[in-house]
Amino acid sequence: MTDHPMPEPLLSITDLRVAFATRGGLVRAVDGVSLEVRAGECLGIVGESGSGKSVTFASVMGLIRPPGRIEGGSIRFGGRDLVGLDPAAYRRLRGREIAMTLQDASTSLNPALTVGTQITEVLLAHAEDLPAGHGPRRRAARQRAIDMMRLVGIPAAEGRLDDYPHQFSGGMRQRMMIAIALSCRPRLLIADEPTTALDVTIQAQVLELIAGIRATLGMSVVLITHDLGVVAEYCDRVAVLYAGQIVESGPTAQVIAAPRHPYTAGLLRSVPVLSDLDRPIQPIPGQVPDLVDLPEGCRFLPRCALAHAACHAAVPMRGLGAGRAARCVLAEAAP
Amino acid sequence: MRRLGNLLPGKLAKLAAAAVLAFVLMAAAAPLLAPHDPAATDLFRRLQPPGWMAEGDWAYPLGCDALGRDILSRIIYGARVSIFIGVVVVLIATAIGIAAGLAAGYLRGWVDRVVSGLIDILLGFPYLIFAVGLMAMMGPGVLNMVMALAYKEWVVPARVVRGETLAARETEYVEAARAMGASSTYIMAREVLPNILSPVIVVASVRIAQVIILEASLSFLGLGVQPPTASWGSMVADGRGYILDAWWVSTFPGLAILLLVLSINVASQAVRDAMDPRFHD
Amino acid sequence: MRPALLLQRLLHLVPVLLGVTVIVFLMMSLTPGDPAEIMLANQNATPEQVASLRHDMGLDRSLPVRFASFVGNALRGDFGQSLFHRRPVADVIAERLPATIELSAAALIFALLVAIPLGVVAAVHRGGILDRLATVGSLFGVSLPGFWFGILLLLAFAVNLRLLPVSGAIDFAHQPPTVTGFLTIDSLLSGRLDSLGNALAHLLLPAVTLGLPMAAILMRVTRASMLEVLRQDYITFAEAKGLSRARILALHALKNALLPTVTVAAIETGSLLGGNMVVETVFGWPGLGRLVVESIFVRNYPLVQAAVLLYAVTYVLVNFVADLLYTVLNPKVRM
Repeated sequence: MTDHPMPEPLLSITDLRVAFATRGGLVRAVDGVSLEVRAGECLGIVGESGSGKSVTFASVMGLIRPPGRIEGGSIRFGGRDLVGLDPAAYRRLRGREIAMTLQDASTSLNPALTVGTQITEVLLAHAEDLPAGHGPRRRAARQRAIDMMRLVGIPAAEGRLDDYPHQFSGGMRQRMMIAIALSCRPRLLIADEPTTALDVTIQAQVLELIAGIRATLGMSVVLITHDLGVVAEYCDRVAVLYAGQIVESGPTAQVIAAPRHPYTAGLLRSVPVLSDLDRPIQPIPGQVPDLVDLPEGCRFLPRCALAHAACHAAVPMRGLGAGRAARCVLAEAAP
Repeated sequence: MRRLGNLLPGKLAKLAAAAVLAFVLMAAAAPLLAPHDPAATDLFRRLQPPGWMAEGDWAYPLGCDALGRDILSRIIYGARVSIFIGVVVVLIATAIGIAAGLAAGYLRGWVDRVVSGLIDILLGFPYLIFAVGLMAMMGPGVLNMVMALAYKEWVVPARVVRGETLAARETEYVEAARAMGASSTYIMAREVLPNILSPVIVVASVRIAQVIILEASLSFLGLGVQPPTASWGSMVADGRGYILDAWWVSTFPGLAILLLVLSINVASQAVRDAMDPRFHD
Repeated sequence: MRPALLLQRLLHLVPVLLGVTVIVFLMMSLTPGDPAEIMLANQNATPEQVASLRHDMGLDRSLPVRFASFVGNALRGDFGQSLFHRRPVADVIAERLPATIELSAAALIFALLVAIPLGVVAAVHRGGILDRLATVGSLFGVSLPGFWFGILLLLAFAVNLRLLPVSGAIDFAHQPPTVTGFLTIDSLLSGRLDSLGNALAHLLLPAVTLGLPMAAILMRVTRASMLEVLRQDYITFAEAKGLSRARILALHALKNALLPTVTVAAIETGSLLGGNMVVETVFGWPGLGRLVVESIFVRNYPLVQAAVLLYAVTYVLVNFVADLLYTVLNPKVRM
């Protein structure tokens, strides 16, 4: 199988390093992450909490605040580097070209403001094609807000603009948050754990909604999750993070069918798979390492059943062909 | 800078605690420390400036008031009034507050309704207004002032104790004691009280500072401690008429109030931080 | 707000107001001194004259009967005769009330104007120089004896620098025609800017003295609640929407952070009302507070009684209104 010629990626992160100064020392939350998101694709980011998956994309959003700091690397989006971008330019980017939804809509929507205020304010801040004049601008923003709320499937949208978040059900709140994020039709949506806070039945609805809108608007989606099942169903490609580094990446189907990193394999064994419910669930033994004073070698080493003498030296990411790569001394290129 | 910032609050708190201790010792040893009789008038020394000023005399380091009394000695004796009233009022209030709060929070029912109703009514009065109203009726004096302040002050610990008791009531150790047939009195005194004591102590330490300011305010208005007893509040009032020619008469006693109250506040903040991590921001 | 909830709150007000009235009544009735004897003290009255006056004043009736007539009269605004002024107490109080309300309002405005911006800035730049200065400042603010601080301000600004007047509410030459009794409002109504300037110059030092402890407390409350709010997901989400920093702080954060500030401000009006007596005494302010203190020394008990009741009822009502305001600010309670 040969690689097709790829268009310029929408987002490309190269050797990103983010650290947090804490009392215990410098926590290297993201340590040399490189990845790409292509136009229109859905990339899954998988990892446990503390793996650096959320911090990586908070960096993309420019939301790393002291004591956190981007120590190095670059984040290129639509042809420019976002690291060190001036705050005003970043503000014009956020919400308009890159949007983000957070894990829990019930805490992410402001309890003291109506949802109408919270959605129209994005339009009023960014949309350039609204009519001039205070009144017409406002009315147009309201109309667009209603359209977007309809698009995400909120019934009787006009009547709900003046409601407060607590008057919505959990699923509707999640839809509302997606509507707010998408109101300016961004080129990239970063969905951080979009289903963790929801009931199982509503989880699928929300994921279908994101997939549907992705097709309608032709945007790229980064789906941050700890659930490989979700990735298998909705993502074109996947990157697995462990302790601040990517340990494996590649097309979803291949990675899931034949993982090349013991951690990915462990993750797959630790989740129930619908097609094979009889298979026993095996949690990965041990714990995520402390991100202060990490050893030079493989970070998964203490928990790995296949540990090796070579694992004590630094392990680089190895290209395996067919768009796959893994950070393991045992990973071999496909024959 | 960061290290300095982490160190400073600790050092400041120790300094404040040392200052509080110094005030207490000063009050206790007033007869030994005061260079002069605080009530001795000497019209030749009327409004005499502090030692470092021209016409000052280092035998009277902070100068003299309108009756020629030594301001330093009066400040030293005045500490007795402030600290005595601050401590005694808060002690009485805490004792009443614990009893009322425990009973209301643990027994609930009509006891709670009566105590809570009384608390609501007393909270309807601005503190100083309530104290002034009572002092107007009872007349001035140290004992009357203690009563006037304690009548309202008990509400503060009572609310804290009631709230904590309501929470403690539902805990396992209380339920276990109840299951073993312990009496209500026993449970309140032996199971609930020891577990809710730390917030009560924290509140009491802050309240002493507030009561000292209230005492000084009442004395300033002329409703508190009566002459010739020296009280910081009334000393400030005495100097008010001479502020143009003798600023020191009002300034030093006021400074004493500020220093004592500030020290108590800083020290109690440290106690609060140490005892209850919830108060950290 | 639901009418039922409003009614419930109103019903709770009744027993508190009644209880407050009982306490004020008892405070004055159980006093050793006999008002009739005090009134006739300088007139060499015979016991018969005293007895007749006691009868006229209703002092020979039983306590419950006297309480009932006290409440009845109070509801009609009749608090008896001021023993000192030989005029109805209500008239004397009404005359002094505007000055006290004006001073308290100015102190409240000063406290809010200082506390809220400072609390916000301290929270936003947590640990910075300004935060530390504000924290130290607030410790001083709650520790300063107001009567002493007022004297120092007088000494500095009125006596030494001669920038501001020493005492009173207005200079005779600038007295505006009386319409409402509030000097600043009357100045504006009559279009006399000289009066307004003069009134404000008189108002400045007393208002600062009276408002400072409240400002210190409100600053701390605002800072703490702002810190709490800034940690919330909805602030991160608002940032991800690309809103301006000003909008995030002023609308998204402050609207939530102000809830505790409103509650504490209402509670602290108690110290404002009590502080009136002290500050008006220091600055020779022609208000109710000074009148009460003076009345105590001439044993003008009916006036003291009416004033204490007025202060308490005002305080209860202020807290009631703050409670309503809280529900308006907090949509979750409004339901």
